[in-house]
Amino acid sequence: MRFIFKTRYDQDIGLFPHRGTVFWYSLLSVALVAAPFLIAPYYLGELSFLFIWSLAGLSLMVLAGYAGLISIGHAAFLGIGAYVHVYLIHRGVPLLPSMLSAGAAAAAAGVVIGVPAIRMRGIYLAIATLAFSAIAQEVFVRWEALTGGSRGVAVPKAQFFGWSLEGEVGFYYLCLSVLVVCILAILNLLRAPTGRAWIAIRDSEIAAQSMGVNLAGYKTLAFAVSAFLAGLAGALFAHKVGYLTPDIFTPVLSIQLLMLVMVGGVGSIHGAIFGAIFLVLLPTVIALLRDYLPAGIAQQPALEPGIYGVILVLVVLLEPLGLNGLWRKIKFFFWQFPMYKSETFKRQKTYMRTERLQ
Amino acid sequence: MAEFLQLFVNGLAVGCIYGLVALGFVLIYKAGEVVNFAQGELVMLGAFVAFTFVVQFGLNYWVGLALAMVTMAIFGGLLDMIVVRRIIGQPQFSTVMLTIGIGVVMRSAAAMVWGPETRSLPTPFDAATFRFGGVVLSAVYLSILATTALLGLILFGFFRFSRVGTAMQAASQNQLAAYCMGIPVKRMLSGVWALSAAVATIAGVLLAPINLIDTNLGAVGLKAFAAAVIGGFGSIPGAVLGGILIGLIDLFSGVYLPQGFKDIASYIVLLVVLVVCPQGLFGAVGRKKV
Repeated sequence: MRFIFKTRYDQDIGLFPHRGTVFWYSLLSVALVAAPFLIAPYYLGELSFLFIWSLAGLSLMVLAGYAGLISIGHAAFLGIGAYVHVYLIHRGVPLLPSMLSAGAAAAAAGVVIGVPAIRMRGIYLAIATLAFSAIAQEVFVRWEALTGGSRGVAVPKAQFFGWSLEGEVGFYYLCLSVLVVCILAILNLLRAPTGRAWIAIRDSEIAAQSMGVNLAGYKTLAFAVSAFLAGLAGALFAHKVGYLTPDIFTPVLSIQLLMLVMVGGVGSIHGAIFGAIFLVLLPTVIALLRDYLPAGIAQQPALEPGIYGVILVLVVLLEPLGLNGLWRKIKFFFWQFPMYKSETFKRQKTYMRTERLQ
Repeated sequence: MAEFLQLFVNGLAVGCIYGLVALGFVLIYKAGEVVNFAQGELVMLGAFVAFTFVVQFGLNYWVGLALAMVTMAIFGGLLDMIVVRRIIGQPQFSTVMLTIGIGVVMRSAAAMVWGPETRSLPTPFDAATFRFGGVVLSAVYLSILATTALLGLILFGFFRFSRVGTAMQAASQNQLAAYCMGIPVKRMLSGVWALSAAVATIAGVLLAPINLIDTNLGAVGLKAFAAAVIGGFGSIPGAVLGGILIGLIDLFSGVYLPQGFKDIASYIVLLVVLVVCPQGLFGAVGRKKV
C-alpha cells in the first residue's frame, strides 16, 4: 500500500501525485518519442489518428466532463476548424498561424453558441448544440467559396517552416506535440481557479453561484476553450484525411465523440485518451470478430453501430466512470492488495435529482 | 392563395406527426426526467412492426395497427423495466448517453431484421382526395389530422378522468409523495414508457405514407425534439403546438425560402426561441429553489 504524506500545500496541485507517476510518464514519453524508429509507418499513422481523436476527446471532456455542459454538436466545431485551416493553407498561411486561427474561429463559434447557453440548462443546451451542428453542416454544404460544397476540397500536405511533413513521421511528431501541449495547458487550467469553477458548476450550479462563481463567464469560457481544442483537432484531422467533405462532420461524429468521453470515463483527462484508444481499436476488433460470428450476422453492415450502441449502454449501466474507472479499480486492487473490497466503489443510491421547478 | 392553403394543410398534418412524437418525449420526460433520445427510433420501430403485421402477415390495416401498438407498448414497458429504470437519479449526462445508445442499437437491429430497403405501408386512405375550391386535400393528410385530434382527446380524457392516468400525473409531479400515497411509482413509469411507445407507433404509421419506412425514419426525432423544446418540454399541449409550428415552418420554408433552408429553418427558429425565452414558449420560468 502507498500512503501519500502531504507536507506542503503545493502537493495538492502538483501535476504528479508521487515519484512513481513521474517515472511511468517519463517512460511513456520516451516510448512515444522513439516510436517512429521502432514501428512500421502504418501503425504510426494509426497513432497519429489516436492523437487527433484524443485531442477531440479532450475538447469534449473539458466541456462535458468538467464543466458539465452537454454538447451533441461537437462535430460542428471540428468542421469549422478543419475548413478554416484548409482555407488559410490554400491562401499560403504557414501551418502554425493557420492552426491557431482555425482554433480561434472555432472558439468564436463556441462563444456564439455559448452566450445563449448561459441562460439554458441541461437538456435545452444539448438540443441547442444539436441544432447548431445541423445548421453548421448545411452551411458547409452551401458556402462553396470556403468549403467547396458537397464536392469537397483537397487538403495540401502540411508544411512546417518550409519543411514538408510529407511522410508519417513528421505528421506524427506534429500531432504528438500539439496533443501534449494541449493536455498540459488543460491540466494547468484545471488546477487553477478556472478549472475549480468549472467543476463547481458541474456539481451544483446553485452552490457555485452562491460561492461567487460567475456562471455566465465560466460557461462561455468552457465553450470557447473546448471549441478551440476542437478546432485544432479539426485542422489536424483535415491533414490526416486529406480530403474534406461536409458529410464527415455529421451528428454521427458528434455521437462518436460523446461515446469516446463516456467510454473513456467522464471527468478525467485519462478518460479522453482511453476513449480514443477504444475508438481507434474497436473497428479492428469488430473486423476480427466477424470471422467468428455466424455468417448471417457477420455480413451485416449494421453490426458495427450495433456493437457501439451495446457497449455504450453497458458502460452507462455498469461502469459509469468508463475505462478510467476500471483502471482506477485495478490500481486500487493492487494498492490494497489483500484488502480490496468491491463496496469501495459501490454506486450510491440517489434520489432523483430533479432539474424541474416545483 | 390556393397554394398557400394547400401548404398550410399539409404543414399542419406533418406538424401533427411531429407533435405526436414530441408528445412521447414529453410524457417520458415528465414522468422520469429521462430525455429519451431514442424516441425517433421508437417511431421507426413502430412503423416497421406495423409493416410486418400489415404487409408481411397480410392482416387487416386496423388489426395490424392495433397489434403493432400493443407490441410496441410491451417493448417500451420492458425497455424501462430492464434498462432505463436503473439509471434514474444519475446525472443527466448518463441518461442522455444511455438513450442515445439505445437508439443506435434499435436502429442497427432494425437494419439487421428488415434490411436497408425502403418500404411502403398501404393505407385505406391512399387514393382518395377531396376538393374544396382550389385546394386538393388528400385523405392521407386528413386522416393524420383526425387521428391526432382523436388521440389528443383520448389522452386528455385518460389523464383527466381515469384512475391510472391520475396516478401517472401524481407520480410525475412528485415521486416521493406519490409513493407515500400508495401509488406504484415504478409500474407507473413503465406504463408511461409503454404509452409513449404506443403513441410513437401511431406517429410512425401516420408518417409512413408521407415519408416511406426505412431505418432513417428516426430522424423525425430531431424535428420532434425541436418541437418539444419550443413547447417547453414539460407541457403536452405545448408539444403538439410546437410540432405544428415546426411542421408549418418546414413546408413553408421549403417553398418560399431559398434552397437549403428547408432542412435548417426549424433549427434556426429553435435557436431563436431558446435565446429569447430559454424555457420554451410554454415552460415555467424561474430557478430551482434550494
